[in-house]
Amino acid sequence: MGWLRRHRSIIPYLFLLPGGLWLIVFFVLPLLTTLSVSLQEGSLGSGYRLTFNFAIFPESIMRWNEQFVRSLQYGLIVTILTMLIGYPMAYTIAFRGGRYKSALLLLVIMPFFTSFIIRTISWKFILADEGFVLGTLKDWGVLDPSFRLLATPMAVISGITYNFLPFVVLPLYVALERIDPKLIEAANDLYATRRQAFLKVTLPLSMPGVFAASLLSFIPAVGDYLNAELLGSRQTTMIGNVIQRLFLVNNDYPQASALSLVLMVGILVSIFIYMRVLRGQELGT
Amino acid sequence: MVGSAPNTDVRLDRVTKRFGDFTAVDDLSLEIRQGEFFSLLGPSGCGKTTTLRMIGGFEQVTAGSVFIGEREVTGLPAFRRDANTVFQSYALFPHLDVFENVAFGLRRRKVSTDDIRQQVEGMLKLVELPDYGRRKPSQLSGGQQQRIALARALVNHPRVLLLDEPLGALDLKLRKQMQVELKRIQGEIGITFIFVTHDQDEAMTMSDRIAVMRNGRIEQLGTPEQLYETPRTEFVAGFLGVSNLLDAEVAVRGERFIEAHLSDGTRLRAPADGLDGTRLVRIGVRPEKLRVLPVTDAAEPHDSDSNLLEGTVLDASYIGVSTQYLVETADGTRLTVYAQNLETSGANEGLADGQRVRLAWKPQHTFVIARNTGDEGDDQAKEDETKDHA
Repeated sequence: MGWLRRHRSIIPYLFLLPGGLWLIVFFVLPLLTTLSVSLQEGSLGSGYRLTFNFAIFPESIMRWNEQFVRSLQYGLIVTILTMLIGYPMAYTIAFRGGRYKSALLLLVIMPFFTSFIIRTISWKFILADEGFVLGTLKDWGVLDPSFRLLATPMAVISGITYNFLPFVVLPLYVALERIDPKLIEAANDLYATRRQAFLKVTLPLSMPGVFAASLLSFIPAVGDYLNAELLGSRQTTMIGNVIQRLFLVNNDYPQASALSLVLMVGILVSIFIYMRVLRGQELGT
Repeated sequence: MVGSAPNTDVRLDRVTKRFGDFTAVDDLSLEIRQGEFFSLLGPSGCGKTTTLRMIGGFEQVTAGSVFIGEREVTGLPAFRRDANTVFQSYALFPHLDVFENVAFGLRRRKVSTDDIRQQVEGMLKLVELPDYGRRKPSQLSGGQQQRIALARALVNHPRVLLLDEPLGALDLKLRKQMQVELKRIQGEIGITFIFVTHDQDEAMTMSDRIAVMRNGRIEQLGTPEQLYETPRTEFVAGFLGVSNLLDAEVAVRGERFIEAHLSDGTRLRAPADGLDGTRLVRIGVRPEKLRVLPVTDAAEPHDSDSNLLEGTVLDASYIGVSTQYLVETADGTRLTVYAQNLETSGANEGLADGQRVRLAWKPQHTFVIARNTGDEGDDQAKEDETKDHA
């Protein structure tokens, strides 16, 4: 302890050490391995050799272009949907929740008490062509007998939206909760209508929450494969499904690794552009 | 300056506000004159802030009507009322710089960009922060934020400026400074100020008139001098400064003065105005109006019509400008006396603890309070004070 007391400045680094080691072993090393594997050639039978096959990246993008674009599209739609559904929810809980705030937040997190997979499988039953929702509506003649949800893009997007909604509500709630209601009163006092007060005060002040929430839905949504697997069809295959199949079914490790890296870079670039746009808007006001 | 319609800036007519079972403001009527510095003074929970918020439009009345100028504004939202507010916590917009904070109201009213620039700069000059336009509120000190909050409200030239304990968050020195500043600014622009505070010194220093509030009602309304010199209830007497109160019974009613007797037979005279037919009263006198005389002085040298009361000195404490005595009378009432130290010494030396003295004061410096309302007020004042500290 005497030594530590003399070298106080080292303490922050000691605090960072466990997490840092953890990330080096379980994040940096796997990432480097993935990079190395993607540059190798060969097969499971004959073994893999590092050949610095950089051509694999443009090839992967060309070959899986459709799935890449679809994943980014779905990710974007899901982010917009979760925001449209989640913002009013978070707003209501933060400003009108009163003494029910904690209970409402608990309800938001409640789905996490059951496994992600189990919940998505339940969706499969709910959305089934002759399941109790569609089946009943068809019996009543509300829906055409040929109408189906399962295996459509709508089913996949709905599934992802549902699964990532809590990740959007929570950061939005935190951001909105921190806004002093007196600021909204001050805006009203200064001749702002409710709508103007929202646009000029509440919304700009909640932007950090909007930013965090949109990343938390966009990133996992783009990489998701489970919803497309369980609720989709061949026409809704996302890049996650391709990577999963290449790794676990085809054992084509270099190709799968290359796709993973392309996806990662793609998401990073999207976020970077998004940040620039957001910052530009902030400076504009 | 009579409260006739054209000179009235704010009028509350029998206004009541209930929150569930709790009545925050109870059948309150009030007229505030144009250009006046008006304070709502009272302990927390007395309804002063709710009253202000009903004028501003942040709370709607449960019953009654609100007028700003000649226009009835009952039921109108805040953004449609010709009143602006300086909030207790300033409530400056953290995402906007000082210029945009001040310009906020003008922009909502679609004032042209050139006019906005001119008016905002003028207002920043008035609050003595002319070069602060590009700073964010977080880069300002508490006192500076306070000035910006004031500028943001005043730039709209409202008919009435509402101030909700705006100096509460400042330290004492800055507070005194801002009190002077607020008076100066009000003098320069001539807008009606309605000021909410629980600090009686602050209200006394700044106000033209004060409404002392308690339990959602106005206990007494008047100039600081009227409230201090002739409080009408025990609550007001206790809330504004220190009062000595003596239980007495009215014996003689004259035209200008009444005579009341204490339980030991001492006769005291007090002004008759403002007193109804009540027989049981409390006779009040402020500590600085009392003079301490040796009991041996049989006759009063100057004015023989002074009230005289005998007692025993329990404690004498020298506090520089004055000496504070605690004197107990025959019936056990304890009176506080502030004697100014006009002589360098001597005045203090003569009066040791336990010495018999005679207290003298002029009848016109005396006030009378009906006793029955007084008792209730005492309990309530204590209760309110507890709430205040909670």
